[in-house]
Amino acid sequence: MDVLPTIWFVAIALLWTGYLVLEGFDLGVGMHLLFSSKSESERRLMLNTIGPLWDGNQVWLITAGAATFAAFPLWYASLFSSLYLPLVFVLLGLIFRAVSIEYRGKGHTDRWRRWWDRALGLGSLVAAFGVGAALALSTLGLPINANGDREGGAFAWLTWPAVLGGLAVVGFCLVQGAAFLSLKTEGDVRVRMRGFVVKAGPFALLPIVAWVLAVQFQSGVLFSWALVVVAVVAVLISWMSMRAGREGRGFAALSVFLAAGAGAIFAAAYPVVLPSTLDPAWNLTISNASSGDYTLTVMTIVAAIGLPLVLAYQAWSIWVFRKRLSERHIPEAHAIAPAVLPNRLV
Amino acid sequence: MDPVEIARWQFGITTVYHFWMVPLTLGLGPLVAYFQTRWVRTGDEKFLRLTKFWGKLYLINFIMGVATGLVQEFQFGMAWSEYSRFVGDVFGAPLAMEGLLAFFFESTFLGVWIFGWNRLPKKVHLASLWIAVAGSVVSAYFIIVANSWMQHPVGVELVDGRPVMTDIWAVLFNNTALTAFPHVIAGSFGVAAAFLIGIAWYQLWQRRKDGVDTVDATGRVVVGENTVIPGRDRADHKVWITALRVGGVVAIVAFGAVAITGDLQGKLMYEQQPMKMAAAEAACHTGTSFSVLSVGNLGSNDCDEVVPIIEIPGVLSFLAHGDFDTPLKGVTELVPEYQAEYGTNLPDDPMYGDRAGAEINYVPLMEVTYWGFRIMIGFGALAAFAAAVALWLTRKGTVPRSKWIMRLAVLGILAPFVANSAGWVFTEMGRQPFVVAPNPTPGGIDGVFMFTAAAVSPGVSWGELLFSLIALTLVYGVLMVVEVRLLVKYTRGGVVSAMPELAHRRDDDGSDGGGVDGRDHDDKRDVLAFAY
Ligand code: HDD
Ligand code: HEM
Ligand code: HEM
Repeated sequence: MDVLPTIWFVAIALLWTGYLVLEGFDLGVGMHLLFSSKSESERRLMLNTIGPLWDGNQVWLITAGAATFAAFPLWYASLFSSLYLPLVFVLLGLIFRAVSIEYRGKGHTDRWRRWWDRALGLGSLVAAFGVGAALALSTLGLPINANGDREGGAFAWLTWPAVLGGLAVVGFCLVQGAAFLSLKTEGDVRVRMRGFVVKAGPFALLPIVAWVLAVQFQSGVLFSWALVVVAVVAVLISWMSMRAGREGRGFAALSVFLAAGAGAIFAAAYPVVLPSTLDPAWNLTISNASSGDYTLTVMTIVAAIGLPLVLAYQAWSIWVFRKRLSERHIPEAHAIAPAVLPNRLV
Repeated sequence: MDPVEIARWQFGITTVYHFWMVPLTLGLGPLVAYFQTRWVRTGDEKFLRLTKFWGKLYLINFIMGVATGLVQEFQFGMAWSEYSRFVGDVFGAPLAMEGLLAFFFESTFLGVWIFGWNRLPKKVHLASLWIAVAGSVVSAYFIIVANSWMQHPVGVELVDGRPVMTDIWAVLFNNTALTAFPHVIAGSFGVAAAFLIGIAWYQLWQRRKDGVDTVDATGRVVVGENTVIPGRDRADHKVWITALRVGGVVAIVAFGAVAITGDLQGKLMYEQQPMKMAAAEAACHTGTSFSVLSVGNLGSNDCDEVVPIIEIPGVLSFLAHGDFDTPLKGVTELVPEYQAEYGTNLPDDPMYGDRAGAEINYVPLMEVTYWGFRIMIGFGALAAFAAAVALWLTRKGTVPRSKWIMRLAVLGILAPFVANSAGWVFTEMGRQPFVVAPNPTPGGIDGVFMFTAAAVSPGVSWGELLFSLIALTLVYGVLMVVEVRLLVKYTRGGVVSAMPELAHRRDDDGSDGGGVDGRDHDDKRDVLAFAY
């Protein structure tokens, strides 16, 4: 068995799981802000629940990408170049999302805010869909040739696994975002979002369940089926906790559900990282796509130091901002006028 | 349509754009942290105001650095998959380290800093900013390590035609990176310093124009205040004059550092990429002279048409060797050497597409390298000179009333940006036709090099590349307008734009003295000190 590549396969699975759990809620909040908020003060409330956290969450994606580059360069090269167009949209989505979070409150007309709300909501939606499509294709297969290059043109990736994966991550983000909002706010938003999880949750999670099962039937093993069981138990606990108004437990169980589900997918896919739908001989696996042992050893040391640190201080930052917010916490917006004599204002 | 050309344009546009935000982030971050440290140490409200105001502009800029950096990280795999396959074993490592050891710190602690006002103990809050700033600097180091490996590959061994890393320390302490890093950091301080000078100048000028500040018979400032304009009190004057003078000093020191490190880079470049050095000088023939001005058709890349007009004997030799009489090889002499070493034609391999078998042109675009080098140094020198003039003009505590000088000071913000972009364009385009330049120094690794023409993704069509090039360029263009307008708006608002509490204070307690204490919670309504 390839020990080092296996370690890195697990590490990358962890990075993606961390990304989906954490960014899952802030992409979800972005969508809810556009689609299920009722007033300007509610929108500001929602935005501020993720304010201090979202950038740190996004780094999980950057690091997942860079770690794939370092540990499995052939996987990185084939996956990213095959998915050229969807990734362009993911990037545009993430650009708009990042910029709108920061700039939305810096203008003072309704039109300004409305445009940034759209950028935030749609940017989050597109990014979630694209990431889901990419991950699903990496587990269910792309038409790549012996060199790892995509055959069949710019839209060869547009298949049912892409759509399924896209819907799966969008659906999960909506539920995770709602659970997070109900955990982090008081008042109306809290009640409404809890209701969303209880009522819409079971449907929104269907695509992700379908994806997990599709990979299981393709190549499931005992261990991955065991994780499926964990995921099912977790999601039931989550739903019941939410219905009982225990948002903390509900959110935690939902995260366990995602982690177990993602774990089941990766465990079933192992040791293939990118199946070729043209010829199984061209599959990229952890042994033919990985870097050399020296590089992997170096990276293992770096990760062994870096990852626990990251987990520790990100947990600390979540703890620092643990308080529930309500609309009365949000200070009034203030207009910005040039610091000149009033008669020269115009 | 040639995918290689489109991919190059895209990489060039997106990286140069990213590097408009980056140096401001890298330079302004430590200055904001310095102001906040002074405030925590002395309790002087001036420093709190400096922290808040510059911190606001820092954040407006920072976010654009984040948004555009993401594109960079993905682009290698998307558009340059052959490159990623070739170098992945060694090049991915610094990128992953950057994520794990720098970006996480940077973004997490910046979030803590932004929202931590009044919520964390002052020192913890200050520490979070320093950690975020350190994260930026460390990230710059790792990415420069990656870039330096493309300029000067080290620490690898060729196995089955691919470089395999054998020595991480050689990669991390590549001498190319060790000189490029301080050069880039110093250049970034130059950017931040010009930013401070230009904006502070504008504010001081506005105070004089509105008659808030006046000068006495000897030209010394008489500081006043205006109770109608929010925030235009006496302390406001101190804020701007401090910013201006800090900026002036930083600008001059930064330029000195940039010149010293740049000189070291030149000496390395002569060893590592002699062709780049020759092209930077449009030096066709072997010699020792530095060309101050060459005319002729540099773009034709034909040496017969380049005519040096003004030359200083010996200076080129000094740049490269530190003495005045060792001749440097010119382009005409270098081309046959490169041809003997790396071939006259690209291999007849399908990976080169239409270019397979084509003749290789080893001379980079001379008009770009020649002018890039001069623009970098020239605009850097201009910025340093302007900073010295600014310090002298403000020695009596305020700025002249002239609107034109004010405009020049504001325009001067651009000079170091131009120098930085020119520096990168020169470095990167001077490396052509290689994407990974060969390492000819003793101990260099034979065969570890790659032509740019071989690096693009074979499976990606020109249509996809063109689409993303247009989409990204358009989006970047729009966002640039938005960012600049926001920066202008907050700049014109002055300190109150970042500290609205200054405007209310007078109504609340009828005085404008007294410090705004960070621990002074407004617990009555328990509002957040910061909220989007
Ligand atoms: C000399 C410095 C330097 C250079 C050459 C580059 N960057 Fe950069 N980058 C930074 C210095 C920096 C920074 C100062 O650390 C930034 C700017 C704003 C920020 O958030 O961090 C950053 C942001 C930034 C981010 C977002 C990080 C976040 O979300 O916090 C990514 C993914 C990259 N960069 C990646 C790249 C890549 C792949 C580059 C090469 C092509 C690159 N950068 C060139
Ligand atoms: C932010 C600073 C940087 C700037 C402004 C910059 C600028 C450029 C420019 C202008 C080009 C186009 C050159 C040409 O096509 O002739 C280019 C190409 C390239 N650069 Fe950089 N670069 C920067 C940093 C980096 C770094 C840090 C890396 C690697 C980690 C890198 C990797 C590349 C690659 C892969 C190409 C494409 C191949 C090529 O056309 O040469 N660059 N860069
Ligand atoms: C006397 C002044 C300067 C000298 C002698 C100098 C020298 C150099 C040299 C030789 C390089 C190319 C390194 C290589 O390709 O291997 C370079 C690159 C660069 N320069 Fe300068 N430079 C000077 C001033 C400046 C100034 C004022 C700025 C910006 C404010 C600047 C920004 C850059 C940047 C961003 C690069 C590309 C990154 C790098 O390779 O470090 N330089 N400089």
